[in-house]
Amino acid sequence: MNHTSQFCTFYLDKLLFGVELKTVQEVIRSLEVTQVPLAPEVVSGLINLRGQIVTAVDLRRRLEMEPRAADLPVMNVVVRSEDGAVSLLVDEIGDVVEVEEASFERPPETLRGSVRTMITGVHKLKDRLMLVLDTEKACQMAEGMVVGQ
Amino acid sequence: MSESGIVQDFLVESHENLDRLDRELVGLEKNPKDKDALAGVFRTIHTIKGTCGFLGFNKLEKVAHVGENLLTRLRDGQLTLNPACTTALLSMVDAVRQMLKEIESTGQDGEIDYAELRETLTRLQHPILGDAGSVPRAEAPPAPNDSKAEEKVENTATLPKPAALREAVAPETIRVGVNLLDKLMTLVGELVLARNQLLQISNTVEDTGLQAVSQRMNLIATELQEEVMKTRMQPIGNIWAQFPRTVRDVALGCGKEVEIEMEGKETELDKTIIEAIKDPLTHLVRNSVDHGIELAEVRLQAGKPRAGRLILRAFHEGGQVNIEISDDGAGLSGDRIRKKAVERGVVTAEQAARMSEREVFNLIFLPGFSTAEKVTNVSGRGVGMDVVKTNVEKIGGLVDLQSTLGCGTTVRVKIPLTLAIIPALVVTCAGERYAIPQVNLLELVGLEAEHATSAIEMVHGVPVYRLRGRLLPLVYLRRELKLAHAAEHAGSHDDAVNIVVLQADDRQFGLVVDEINDSEEIVVKPLRKQLKTVKTFAGSSIMGDGKVALILDVLGLAQRASVVGESRERPAAEKKAESVGSAGEKQTFLLFAGLGGSRMAIPLNILARLEEFPVTQVEMSGTQWVTQYRGQILPLVRLAVVLEERRHRLRALQAPPPPDSGPIQVLVLNHDGRTFGLVVDRIIDIVEAHADVRSKATRAAVLYSLVIGERVTELLDIPALLQIAGVNTVPPDQATKAAGVAN
Repeated sequence: MNHTSQFCTFYLDKLLFGVELKTVQEVIRSLEVTQVPLAPEVVSGLINLRGQIVTAVDLRRRLEMEPRAADLPVMNVVVRSEDGAVSLLVDEIGDVVEVEEASFERPPETLRGSVRTMITGVHKLKDRLMLVLDTEKACQMAEGMVVGQ
Repeated sequence: MSESGIVQDFLVESHENLDRLDRELVGLEKNPKDKDALAGVFRTIHTIKGTCGFLGFNKLEKVAHVGENLLTRLRDGQLTLNPACTTALLSMVDAVRQMLKEIESTGQDGEIDYAELRETLTRLQHPILGDAGSVPRAEAPPAPNDSKAEEKVENTATLPKPAALREAVAPETIRVGVNLLDKLMTLVGELVLARNQLLQISNTVEDTGLQAVSQRMNLIATELQEEVMKTRMQPIGNIWAQFPRTVRDVALGCGKEVEIEMEGKETELDKTIIEAIKDPLTHLVRNSVDHGIELAEVRLQAGKPRAGRLILRAFHEGGQVNIEISDDGAGLSGDRIRKKAVERGVVTAEQAARMSEREVFNLIFLPGFSTAEKVTNVSGRGVGMDVVKTNVEKIGGLVDLQSTLGCGTTVRVKIPLTLAIIPALVVTCAGERYAIPQVNLLELVGLEAEHATSAIEMVHGVPVYRLRGRLLPLVYLRRELKLAHAAEHAGSHDDAVNIVVLQADDRQFGLVVDEINDSEEIVVKPLRKQLKTVKTFAGSSIMGDGKVALILDVLGLAQRASVVGESRERPAAEKKAESVGSAGEKQTFLLFAGLGGSRMAIPLNILARLEEFPVTQVEMSGTQWVTQYRGQILPLVRLAVVLEERRHRLRALQAPPPPDSGPIQVLVLNHDGRTFGLVVDRIIDIVEAHADVRSKATRAAVLYSLVIGERVTELLDIPALLQIAGVNTVPPDQATKAAGVAN
């Protein structure tokens, strides 16, 4: 019997990412962000989520990808982490997909650097690959991370 | 009621009763003949015993039973309470507490049967006979006592009443879970936010009905907030209640006699803060008894009463709570701490000698610092005081220590009343709002555009404002937070300037912001761990319009801007204030010890900062000492090298600093757009002096000698100094201009 699990998917640049559905609290359109001066560059700021203050992490920067063009819309994927809710800023929301364990593979050895700790593996979907993101790792900030100007 | 419900009630009730027992027993020790108190203690134990017999906790019942027997004899006057009795009874209280804990977690009263304790308690009933095996007296207490017991409990308002004996004066209370109170607090926080939003909207809408309603809503919300805050307030006496016992145990343990006094028990504090300061306070109290107060014989020799006095005092002051713990013990020896600090490598001998008594005393708050000659099981293990400081600072408090050798020590803890909702000033900078806690706020200064340019003066690139004759260093929020357009705003003063005068630690500084909005009550929400590294913010809050604003951490900001913390300029600056008197054609100099103890000076206006670097931070660039400083390479010029005879110079130049020497004192100087550090032996003072009594220089790199404070002082020629050191080359005419102190 094959074990299946559900993933909430989203796009960053042209890549498809998936996070386990059960870690996702909600998905919302862009909210007004209060910037935090002197914060690590990956922290895009703070948002007010119905009275709860949530840190927004720019996932593109976190994954060391090209910064998003300023005119592109942003979506918030609010995930539950050890330290409360964190909003991950992504480009576009995809479908919820159900995948079988069999389609999973470890990331290729050639994937290196800090990104490797955040991408736990790949699910081979029919027409494309879905990168599995470890949200807990993505929400963690190393001490002395690059400070934005 | 289900049985588990009964057990739950029994546990809650018994815990409270036990806490009271601790107090009463220690009270009894002072006054062993107090019949009422004895009867009270007896009834409490009796109630516990009765209930656990009913609930089937046999071991607990047995222990309570022998305790009760002993108490019966005490109450009936057949025995007099002595320390041995008290100790045994207190151990019984501990045993009961232990078993209650067991019941709470497992539902059973545990495996231990406390045979030894029971035996002790039994033996104490017959001190003369010493007959451990004798059968205890029958235990049934007389009926009238029984009803009194209930009355007593009724007075503490914790038990459902036996209606017949209710006293009219007892206020009616119900027990409420802490979780519920926390929830209420959160909801009120939300309500306050919604109220703020409503007020903002109603101000923009022309509708008298809406405005009237929102005004009422405003009043009600404010009142509700105050009341709910009160539900979380607890008198500090709640945590002090255990101290008489603590003091007794510690004092007995080290053979001392200590009396404890408490003032201001009723002073109220937020529940979360009470919890946070419990451990630090306990530590301070134990410390005072263990280290502060001397043995009785020593005290008598010193002409003090046998018993030491420990005074706890709490009072409100300026929106904060002050808690003082004073003892009349031996006090701290500044010299001993100095010696210890040098031994431990915390400071160098020179630094130690230069420190004021107060600075020296506060050294004991550094990690791993303990002056106890011998380690006892109470304290002196090198942990503690630093933890006390950290814990108090965590909740936004301060610790200060004062001591007089031979007369005693006072530790003062200053903490905020509450952490949940604070009054704050909201300011705007670069389009974003920031909240500044009112506690740090001193005053606001607005400068008109036409005055701003002349009112803000420069101390070699560092802006200052004369606030009632004293120089207030200015910090630009834009610049510190690296906000957009920092550069274009920094130097120009074409707009009105808003200065928020702030207090950080014991320094003041002016924070320049774009706009000062309003005072508001804000709900503090902590920052998540992703942002914990940003020391300039204490938290965040949701503003009236639903946007998030950051709360500035004034101390963190001050440290970032180097107003406090990184330098040793504090005492110097204080002295400076004293010396400001007849301000004629005087100039301000920084005095420091040069070679061979001679006095040297530089004009203050070229000084950027005073710094201290550990030698490990000193690196070699060729033969030049350098260090990394604020993202730049700071060349370090050594007076010893520049002023010494030539033949020594080369050799000295090439040597890196000895790795085992203490931190080096560095004056960070700005000269002609270049920053460099001047390594000096010791900073003495900042003084104002007339520069007219002068004589010709006797060596290179010295401009002239002058008399400051009745001592001949050499004024350094900075350009020449740099030239000799090979750091910079400046044409001599400019050099004279720069160094010739123009004010």
